Amino acid sequence: MATEAHDAAAQATGMPQLDTSTWGNQIFWLVLALVVIFLVLWRVALPRIGAVLAERSGTITNDLAAAEELKQKAIAAEKAYEDALARARAEAGRIVAEAKAEIQADLDKATAKADAEISAKTAESEARIAEIRAGAQESVAEVARDTARELIAAFGGKADARGVTAAINARLKG
Amino acid sequence: MAEGGLSIHPMDQFIVKPLFRVIEPGTCVPAQGIHDGCLRWYEISNATLWMAIAVLVIIALMVFGSRGRAVIPSRIQSVGEMIYGLIYKMVEDVTGHDGVKYFPFVMTLFLFVLFSNLLGLLPKGFTTTSHAAVTVTLALIVFLFVTLLGLARNGLGFLGMFWVSSAPLALRPVLAVIEVISYFVRPVSHSIRLAGNLMAGHAVMKVFAGFASVALISPVAIGAITAIYGLELLVAVVQAYVFTILTCVYLKDAVGGAHH
Repeated sequence: MATEAHDAAAQATGMPQLDTSTWGNQIFWLVLALVVIFLVLWRVALPRIGAVLAERSGTITNDLAAAEELKQKAIAAEKAYEDALARARAEAGRIVAEAKAEIQADLDKATAKADAEISAKTAESEARIAEIRAGAQESVAEVARDTARELIAAFGGKADARGVTAAINARLKG
Repeated sequence: MAEGGLSIHPMDQFIVKPLFRVIEPGTCVPAQGIHDGCLRWYEISNATLWMAIAVLVIIALMVFGSRGRAVIPSRIQSVGEMIYGLIYKMVEDVTGHDGVKYFPFVMTLFLFVLFSNLLGLLPKGFTTTSHAAVTVTLALIVFLFVTLLGLARNGLGFLGMFWVSSAPLALRPVLAVIEVISYFVRPVSHSIRLAGNLMAGHAVMKVFAGFASVALISPVAIGAITAIYGLELLVAVVQAYVFTILTCVYLKDAVGGAHH
C-alpha cells in the first residue's frame, strides 16, 4: 500500500513534502486543529490554570501572613509570660522582705521584753542577795557579840555591853 | 528486498495519504494534469489523524489535567502548569507586559508544535511538522499576525522599524533594504528550520532502521537508532521552544512599536 502510494504520489516529485496535491488537505486540517486548540486554550484551559496559579500564590501569601501573625502572637505571649514572671518575682521579694521585717520586729520586741524581764529579775535577785548579805552580817555581829559576852562571862568578867559591841564592830569592819 | 541489496525508503514515512482508501496508481499524476485520485482537501488523511491526536492530547493535558483546579496539583496538572508558566514567562520577558494578551496565541503554537513533534516520534507515528506545508502555514500565520498587529497598533509608524535611526544617514537606505529583505525572509527561516530538523532526524532514523536488517551491522544500527532517538526527543522539544521564542521575538516588533 505504502509503495503504491509512493509510486503514485511521491515518485513524481521525489520528496513527499513537495507533493503539492496534499498541501490543501494539510493546510485545511492544520488550520482547523489550530482553531480548536486556540478556542479550548483561550476559553477554558488557560483561564482555569491561571486562576489555579493565582489562587495558589494567594494561598501561599495568606499562609505566610498568618504564620507571621502567629509568630508575633507567640512573641507577645512570651513577653507577657516574662512580664508576669518578673512581676511575680518582685512580689515574692516584697512579701519576703515584709515577712522578714515583721519577724524582725516581733523578734526585737520579744528580745526587748526578755531583756527587761531579765534585768528586772536580776535587780530583784540582787536586792535579795543584798538583803540576805545584810541579814547574814547582822547575824554574824549578833553571834559574835553573844559569843564574846558569853566568853567574858565565862572568864568571870563583867561584860561591858557597849564596849563589846564597839569592839566587835571594829573587828568585823577590819 | 534482500536480492538487490538494501531497499531503504527513508522518505516513505512522510507520504500524506488518505486514511480510508488507497490512491490507485496513475490516478494522481499532477505533472500530467491527472488529479482525479489525488487526496482531496477535506479528506481525512494520516496528517489529519495525527493532528487530531495532538489536539486530543493537548485537551487531555490542559483541560482534563486541570479539571480538579487543585491548589495542590496532581501530576498531570502540574505538567500543564509548568508549560503554562514557561510560555507565560517567555511571552512576558520577550514581548513585555503589553504582549501578555497574545499569550493564548503563542501557547497554541507551542503546544501544537511540541505535541506534533513528540507524537511523530512514536513508532508508526506521522510527523505533521516535518511537512513544509504545515510549518510554512504556521510561519505565515505568525508573519501575517505580527504584520497586521504592528500596522494596527502603530499605524505607519510600524514601518519605522526598517529605518535604522541609530545608523549614519547615508547608510540608512541600504540598511532599510536589508531590513525589509530580512523581515520577509523571516517566515522562510522560521518554517524551514522546524520542518528541516524533524524531516532530517526521522529520515536518518529510517536509514539506520534499514541497515538494521543486515545482520553484520544491525547491532551498530540499532545502537545508532537508540542514540538518534534520544537526540530527536531533544530536537523535538528544542525546536518547539525555538519556534515559539522566535514567534515572541517577532511579536515584540509589533507590540513594542518603532521605538527600539
